Amino acid sequence: MEVKNIKIKNMKTEDFNDNEYLEKYVEELKKGGVNVAVGVLDDLINWGRSNSVWPLTFATSCCGIEFMCVGAARTDFARFGWEVTRNSPRQADVVFVAGTIVHKMAPVLKRLYDQMAEPKYVLAVGSCAISGGPFKDSYHVVRGVNEVIPVDVYVPGCPPRPDAMLYGMMQMQRKMKLENFFKLPNKPTIPDTGKSEGENK
Amino acid sequence: MEKIKKLILSIVPDAVAEEAQYPTFTVDASKIRSVAEKLKEKGFDYLICLTGMDYGDSLGCIYHISSSTDKTSVIVLKTSTSDRQNPAIPSVHDIWASANLYEREVYDFFGITFIDHPDMRRLFLRQDWNGYPFRKDYDANPELNPVPMENQTIAEMENMPSITLKSDGTVIKKENALFEKGDYVVNIGPQHPATHGVLHLRVSLDGEIIKKVDPNFGYIHRGIEKMCESMTYPQMLHLTDRLDYLSGTMNRHAMCLCVEKAMGLEVPQRAQYVRCIFDELTRIASHLLGWGCMCMDMGSITAFIYGMRDREKIMDIFEETGGGRLMVNYSVIGGLAEDVHPNFVNRVKEFIPYMRKMIKEYHILFTGNPIAKGRMKDIGFLSKETAVSLGVTGPSGRASGFACDVRKIEPYAAYDKVQFEEVIREKGGTFDRYIIRLDEIEQSLRIIEQLIDKLPDDGFRAKVPAIIKLPAGEYYQRVENARGDFGVYIKSDGGKNPYRVKFRSPCMTLISALDPLCQKEKIADLIMIGASLDYVIPCADR
Repeated sequence: MEVKNIKIKNMKTEDFNDNEYLEKYVEELKKGGVNVAVGVLDDLINWGRSNSVWPLTFATSCCGIEFMCVGAARTDFARFGWEVTRNSPRQADVVFVAGTIVHKMAPVLKRLYDQMAEPKYVLAVGSCAISGGPFKDSYHVVRGVNEVIPVDVYVPGCPPRPDAMLYGMMQMQRKMKLENFFKLPNKPTIPDTGKSEGENK
Repeated sequence: MEKIKKLILSIVPDAVAEEAQYPTFTVDASKIRSVAEKLKEKGFDYLICLTGMDYGDSLGCIYHISSSTDKTSVIVLKTSTSDRQNPAIPSVHDIWASANLYEREVYDFFGITFIDHPDMRRLFLRQDWNGYPFRKDYDANPELNPVPMENQTIAEMENMPSITLKSDGTVIKKENALFEKGDYVVNIGPQHPATHGVLHLRVSLDGEIIKKVDPNFGYIHRGIEKMCESMTYPQMLHLTDRLDYLSGTMNRHAMCLCVEKAMGLEVPQRAQYVRCIFDELTRIASHLLGWGCMCMDMGSITAFIYGMRDREKIMDIFEETGGGRLMVNYSVIGGLAEDVHPNFVNRVKEFIPYMRKMIKEYHILFTGNPIAKGRMKDIGFLSKETAVSLGVTGPSGRASGFACDVRKIEPYAAYDKVQFEEVIREKGGTFDRYIIRLDEIEQSLRIIEQLIDKLPDDGFRAKVPAIIKLPAGEYYQRVENARGDFGVYIKSDGGKNPYRVKFRSPCMTLISALDPLCQKEKIADLIMIGASLDYVIPCADR
């Protein structure tokens, strides 16, 4: 089973020869059976969404400079429709965790993530954000940003080259295109505490 | 130096004088203030760095002091206290303004309280942190200090404890308030696009006029100095690159020089020349980014794109020879990791005329722009006295008339073989700090031009033992990085790991200059004044 045709310019679907788990996702999604009309609408919305992603300007250290390079003239991410970096988390779709996250920063990052509107995505850029990297033995460094917030794509490197960041972003575009937009979210189950709603507040 | 020795012995007769790398005097903690006052009177007005130290049985401080007039003379003062429960040393924050933050740093790491210091908050760690991490008996159990999920409270950020000692020996503890009652306080950062990193500024306002700026550090404090204590010397090099990533090559150079000096290692001339060229290329890249970001903070995105475009040319040169772009990881102890790429000389030679042409374009594009001129005119003045007292060095210090270029004061590598001008401006305004970076790029090009044709042919690396052990002692090396006077202090006990490593960060002093610079300015100019100082937060936080 192939991943459904991913419409990314200049990059064929076969070129993404890793991350096979995404194909499994598609398989699972298709099991439920999607209405043709809704499926096409899904594709349309996801096409629009994945080509107008607004990243949050969030950089703690060295990887932030390479992130600036991705935005500058040579590896221009405007080609992918990503160029509108937002300074407010309320307007951002994706956060690039570019750099080390330390104990003092962890609650700040958590709050930023919470303030972003759904659907939201996280890229862990660089070895510090992935695992603590060269600083993992330090007393003040969080060993991987996934201790604080969930991560969608990991981009390795110290710091990653701009091309590597672009590749990571395209992998995330792929993930975005898999989103089943018209599937209603599962109803949240409220744990039975034995109290009425008013008391719960 | 004999004069200084006599002077110190006249104040403290039992001071111990040593002739190490710099003249060193050990004085009792109770006398440190009177010695400091006398030294200041004699012209020693520039406190380079203040290092905390755990000697095992006692805790102490090391002061590296220099002068803004006689720049080559550096003296070292040492003091210690044997009370490990409640260590206290008199504060010198009113003698040298830079001691304000340094002493807070020492308190944070070692728990030494400074008597009469008005603001004994922790500098980097949260106020609720358990223990003092740089003490040798620190318990590093992660359960004691788990990753917090809640932010600090305002009260924790604002209450400044202080200790005063009365003449009869009684201790008075006080809590001072950071802001006056009813002040309108605006938080800028830690996640803010224009603080150039994760700096947290708390600014009190009167209308839109700034009354006070209180920088909060530590949002990227990675504990590099402590990590170095458990590493071998070649391993430490990688962390120096990641301190101030925009001048990584120079920081690494400083560490290499410090270890080589301690080992008594002779580095081949070729390595020294190439290191200098790399340093200058890094400086150009850093100034280009600094210039671009400053212009972007004033609203000119074009300038940023131009700066980044030309920076990529340097990144290409680095990549071809060193393999890395931002982190070149090129200098190693004893020389260079590899010889330069065969294309290196040609590409650098092509780059020099290109860059000269581009600087002209920058001036046309932005320097002469009436809007830019209007924004930078007559704001953010830093006097020479304040710059020296705060230890503001590098381009920002030189814009205020403080001639502090370490390449001239203590020439290292090949800098004594080249002609270049130390660019100095007098007024110390925002425009001076802007234009001085572009002028320095030209001087850097001049240095590269003189070196690139004369690369000697004596190998790129000296023979280095497999396990590097430094003889017991203390070593200090200063290097001019893109932001100022960068220093590496190593105390070795003869083993393969250092006993203590301290990096003198030029960025921390730059940030401390924000408060005097911004007072009575409008809040809209705060971002631009900050950008004109061009600080890098991971260097300040370490």
